[in-house]
Amino acid sequence: MELLLLLMLLPPLLGAALNGIFGRRFPQAVVSFIGCGAAGLAMLFALLAAWTFSRLSPELIPFVHSYFTWIEAGSFRADCAIYYDRLTLVMTVTVTVVAFLIHLYSRGYMEHEGGYYRFFSYLNLFLFMMLTLVSAGNYPFMFVGWEGVGLCSYLLIGFYFRKKSASDAGKKAFVVTRIGDAGFSLGVALLFWTFGSVDFQSVFKTVGALPLGEYQGTLTAIGILLFLGACGKSAQLPLYVWLPDAMEGPTPVSALIHAATMVTAGVYMVARSSILYAHAPLALQIVGTVGCLTAFYAATIALAQNDLKRLLAYSTISQLGYMFVGCAVGVFAAGIFHLMTHAFFKSLLFLAAGSVMHGLSGELDMRKMGGLRHKMPTTFWTFLIATLAISGVPMLSGFFSKDEILAGAYEGPLGQPWLYWLATLTAGMTAFYMFRAVFLTFCGASRVEPEVEHHVHESGSKMTVPLIVLAFFSVVAGYVSWPKALGGGEAFDRYLEPVFGHSEEVLRSTAARQAEALSTGALMGFSVIAAGLGILVAAWFYWKSTEIPGCLAERFSGLYRVLVHKYYVDEFYDWLVVRPVSVGSEKVLWRAIDAGAIDTLMVDGTAHLTRGAGGILRRIQSGYVRSYAAWVLLGAVFWLGYVLLWH
Amino acid sequence: MVPLSHYLTLSAILFGLGVAGFIFRKNVITIFMCIEVMLNAVNLAFIAFSRYLGSLDGQVFVFFVIVVAAAEAAVGLAIIIALYRTRASLAIDELDSMKM
Repeated sequence: MELLLLLMLLPPLLGAALNGIFGRRFPQAVVSFIGCGAAGLAMLFALLAAWTFSRLSPELIPFVHSYFTWIEAGSFRADCAIYYDRLTLVMTVTVTVVAFLIHLYSRGYMEHEGGYYRFFSYLNLFLFMMLTLVSAGNYPFMFVGWEGVGLCSYLLIGFYFRKKSASDAGKKAFVVTRIGDAGFSLGVALLFWTFGSVDFQSVFKTVGALPLGEYQGTLTAIGILLFLGACGKSAQLPLYVWLPDAMEGPTPVSALIHAATMVTAGVYMVARSSILYAHAPLALQIVGTVGCLTAFYAATIALAQNDLKRLLAYSTISQLGYMFVGCAVGVFAAGIFHLMTHAFFKSLLFLAAGSVMHGLSGELDMRKMGGLRHKMPTTFWTFLIATLAISGVPMLSGFFSKDEILAGAYEGPLGQPWLYWLATLTAGMTAFYMFRAVFLTFCGASRVEPEVEHHVHESGSKMTVPLIVLAFFSVVAGYVSWPKALGGGEAFDRYLEPVFGHSEEVLRSTAARQAEALSTGALMGFSVIAAGLGILVAAWFYWKSTEIPGCLAERFSGLYRVLVHKYYVDEFYDWLVVRPVSVGSEKVLWRAIDAGAIDTLMVDGTAHLTRGAGGILRRIQSGYVRSYAAWVLLGAVFWLGYVLLWH
Repeated sequence: MVPLSHYLTLSAILFGLGVAGFIFRKNVITIFMCIEVMLNAVNLAFIAFSRYLGSLDGQVFVFFVIVVAAAEAAVGLAIIIALYRTRASLAIDELDSMKM
């Protein structure tokens, strides 16, 4: 089993190394063979490991294995170890399947871009890091993967590094997530200080055995600090600002990293640490509040976006908020369920957007699209399926997962009605802006620029086949958990019960539940109505009476401008953080301290001092032998005097 | 017996004369002769002590000093001759090219 997992982890690393070192000399076919092959092998072994795991005897679960000792300092020990349970299984399978499909897609998409080998090298490296993250057995090793995916994100966002906006976006992503990482590191340090270990198995056992209420303050602090890291990585308030800019990267990057995998690392981490959070309900409440507010906030911004990829980015932020809400109210399995379905339909949305961009020679402004339904049918239908999924239309995957979260928000252990209502409103908004995207891009009259119009074409099979596969998953992935309200058994939740059961039990015992006013069926109904309303309004605004949005924008121009400028948050952060740091660095640290104090005062000063002293002392060396003799005599006299008189 | 102090006084005077000559004379060979005077003054002191302490150590040491003085004189004169060949001068004040 440990061999299988090693075999899952190694091909992407080797692929990255091969392509990175030798790729420049390889033809494109070889590069993509290595890249996709590595991803394919990772997927294969992930599936094999999953199958082997399901046949393991119960006492070996969770499966832990330490490959070698990485750090051992006193009582602190962090190994290169893996921790494999059903959650790991879900994550590895999802990650490898989506990654493999995106690798295939990239073969077509990146064909005419430069740096083909670099792209596949970075993509493989990312896959390795992500797999390390989800299969690590202790917090430091997970952090290795965490930082690794951050690095790859930086490399890939800034892939077109000659373009200033791209390299800036890469830097922004790295710096903002770094702030979160500081919180994460502090959380892990506090964890070690309190419990003496950072290993998952021992920590979870120790915390799980704690009576309720003990260490609650410390655990709350740990939970909040870890969540800060998650805010950075998973783009929640206030550290979400890097994700929209990250759209500067090539579209497969946006699909893989900023939709399906890296940004879900924060959610995975919270879910993995569920037992810690279960003993710290206050931390969970904060997680839930932040997640829900982020979901709503990002949805409002998405309403006014004209750039297709940016709209999808804000949508991702919003959906990540949903996942955190799921974890926060105590239905961790629902959060992970949504993570899985979201991986499928969001990456599909991004890849389809990439297909549109490809067909329109790089155009991303939806105001310059329209009527592409007939010219790019496969892209249209797959995009539509993904949109239906994300809007929570019944019978597609998104409906099942989103609904579980909403139900949990209302009636879960830590659920609160306001969470449910805000989340449902956001669901309606989600449906609205996603269908707005569909109508603007694919329907109606064509607003495409004339010179682009000639070249509009459907993408090749290298790109459309992954789209179709992802569309298939977007539809069926939800069937693994048929909701109770419709008579099902919620198989997915029960599957993850060994992972989350204890945590959910703890939460249920702490929460005081009042009688619910609404039944589960009613809850489901409200969310469907919200989705339906969103779709209808979008159809009305963007299909039937297309002049309405323009009128609304004029009537509420102030509000509209705030939304288009994303609440001016970037400008605010610039004023608050960037300019002080930049000015401080230049004026104080560089001019005053570095150039002034260190260079001029200390370095040059020492030289001048030495020179001056030397200038004075050298006068003894006159070359005049008699004066030397005189000095010797003088010295002898003094010494003799000392010996005779003081001794 | 001549008192020890007489010998030591003589030795001190001789040494002082040697030092004075070393510092105040210009000719290099004269300076060398003054060095020899200083060395011999020291020899005298050693011999005097050897006689008055009844120990032969002083005289043995005098042998060492004589040998060293001889060797040093030989080497020194060789250097002076080499210097004279390049400089054509024996004035010590003119040998100052090692100054800073």
